Amino acid sequence: MAAPVSVQVEFGGGAELLFDGVKKHQVTLPGQEEPWDIRNLLIWIKKNLLKERPELFIQGDSVRPGILVLINDADWELQGELDYQLQDQDSILFISTLHGG
Amino acid sequence: MKCKEGLPVLIIRAGDAFCKDCFKAYYVHKFRAMLGKNRLVFPGEKVLLAWSGGPSSSSMIWQVQEGLSRESAKRLRFVPGIIYIDEGAVCGQSPEERAKTVVEMKLILQTIAFPYHIVSLEEVFNLPTSVLQPVSQGPRGFENTYKEAVDGFIQQQQQQQQRAPEEGGGEAVLSDEQIQEKLRQLSTQDPVGQEEVAGDSLPRPAQTTALMTLFSSVKTLTAREELLQTLRAHLILHVARVQGYTKVMLGDSCTRLAIKLMTNLALGRGAFLAWDTGFSDDRHGDVVMLRPMRDYTLKEIAFYNRMFGVPSVFTPAIDTKAPEKASIHRLMESFILRLQAQFPSTISTVYRTSEKLVKAPRNGDAAGAATARCLLCMCALDIDSTDSATAFGAQTLERLAQKLSPAPVLPTGAPGRPCCTKGTRLQPGCCRDTRPSSEREEPRASFIEQLCYSCRVNMKDVPFLEPFPPYILMESQCRSQRAWEKQEVQEFLFEESEEEALHPLGFSPQF
Repeated sequence: MAAPVSVQVEFGGGAELLFDGVKKHQVTLPGQEEPWDIRNLLIWIKKNLLKERPELFIQGDSVRPGILVLINDADWELQGELDYQLQDQDSILFISTLHGG
Repeated sequence: MKCKEGLPVLIIRAGDAFCKDCFKAYYVHKFRAMLGKNRLVFPGEKVLLAWSGGPSSSSMIWQVQEGLSRESAKRLRFVPGIIYIDEGAVCGQSPEERAKTVVEMKLILQTIAFPYHIVSLEEVFNLPTSVLQPVSQGPRGFENTYKEAVDGFIQQQQQQQQRAPEEGGGEAVLSDEQIQEKLRQLSTQDPVGQEEVAGDSLPRPAQTTALMTLFSSVKTLTAREELLQTLRAHLILHVARVQGYTKVMLGDSCTRLAIKLMTNLALGRGAFLAWDTGFSDDRHGDVVMLRPMRDYTLKEIAFYNRMFGVPSVFTPAIDTKAPEKASIHRLMESFILRLQAQFPSTISTVYRTSEKLVKAPRNGDAAGAATARCLLCMCALDIDSTDSATAFGAQTLERLAQKLSPAPVLPTGAPGRPCCTKGTRLQPGCCRDTRPSSEREEPRASFIEQLCYSCRVNMKDVPFLEPFPPYILMESQCRSQRAWEKQEVQEFLFEESEEEALHPLGFSPQF
């Protein structure tokens, strides 16, 4: 049983194009049986926030290669990537590195 | 963990964790090491920074700014300027969106105290043909000249310190003043510079239409991207020449260059990889293109920009939201990135391979001065069109076979009656025009002859020559005219041989 969690989801580097141009989203994830980790967050984002072209953001059960994920301004690789358990008031940032130069 | 005390915030490569401060030191050091190792930027030289608004070029400008403002011993020593090219027309942006983007760009450019030039891509229609003519650079002994230049510069600074120690502040302030004053002068010239090159911030609608006609006539996204890169390079080169910049810094990162290397192999540019992906690109002769960011992965750049607040503006590009198989560039990008996700040493391996590529001149040519250059990409023509075993030779044969079938069309003048008087300039279609009929009727055939292999392959996707900017068409005509004239007078030219070098009249004197 996971309690509802309130997190800030942010998009940068061009990823916001897939979300109607909105960069910051303050979301409250509802309580559910499975714990809220990044993997489930991605599923939730795909269902509720992603407006178009899911294949440009998500590949399989992870993000598309080329999209960086920062959890509280730190690399998600240091936190266990998809298995990191979300905590209240966390800030998750998705930066697309595939744009510009 | 490098420093054992800070909190790790990021992992680079296979397992190096960095804390924030260590990462900053590492990042800044890499930039200066890249410039210092290559020793190509001389003190006091004018360097143009190409800014697209994206993260890599923004980071590059930020590093240059930081580097110029340090204490004098370790300070970067060149004089920068920035160029931004507005490509909104080919990326499907409306004039209002373009104006808005330019305003955002200007806001950032004004916080950086370098002179800047905002140019729209439509300016390619005003370029002169000199852009396509490489200027040969005299030979330079690099090592000694660089060291001498740096020593001379330091000496000059010290002399100035000694000359006026009583003028307020400390000696350090005075030597700083030198560069700062120069920058300030350039900044005040800025509005003039902008007017000279760009005119108003928005181009004339006729030119925008012409540009969009050109790009929409190209059939594939691959060819469109290549064309865009070519035009962009020409425009940057022209601005650099006009404004007196001798070096241009491009913001290509390690990731991008690895992708570019593989893409160029697929496009048939294998012979020019050293120029396309190396640190320095001297194909234009007088203006050298540098890539100081080539050691940074996109991940490092994105993290640095986020952590240290480097401003960048997102603008849609020509391939935004394009599906994966839309062009060779996109396909290669997704291939490399996906491979990198599973094998984290992919990009660094490709990068290290590209470092080993050497620019070798062709056999027997002295500094490439005599070789013909491709009309569009200005690399040495790697052609041996008589050898049918190569892809190149096969292309040439295929085209000749097509030409043989239609019957030749008679020239404009009726047979027997001259259509011009002696002494007038020969026009295509004139009765005196003795070129083979294929070349006469089709400027396209002679245009293609002047391109390298990959540019020719790209031209397959461009059905019409007319939408091209005038400087390209004019230069093509000029070159084919010159080649034909040379052929015509070939038999009358004296051939150089050993005896004739001694006896210019061609015969040995009788005594």
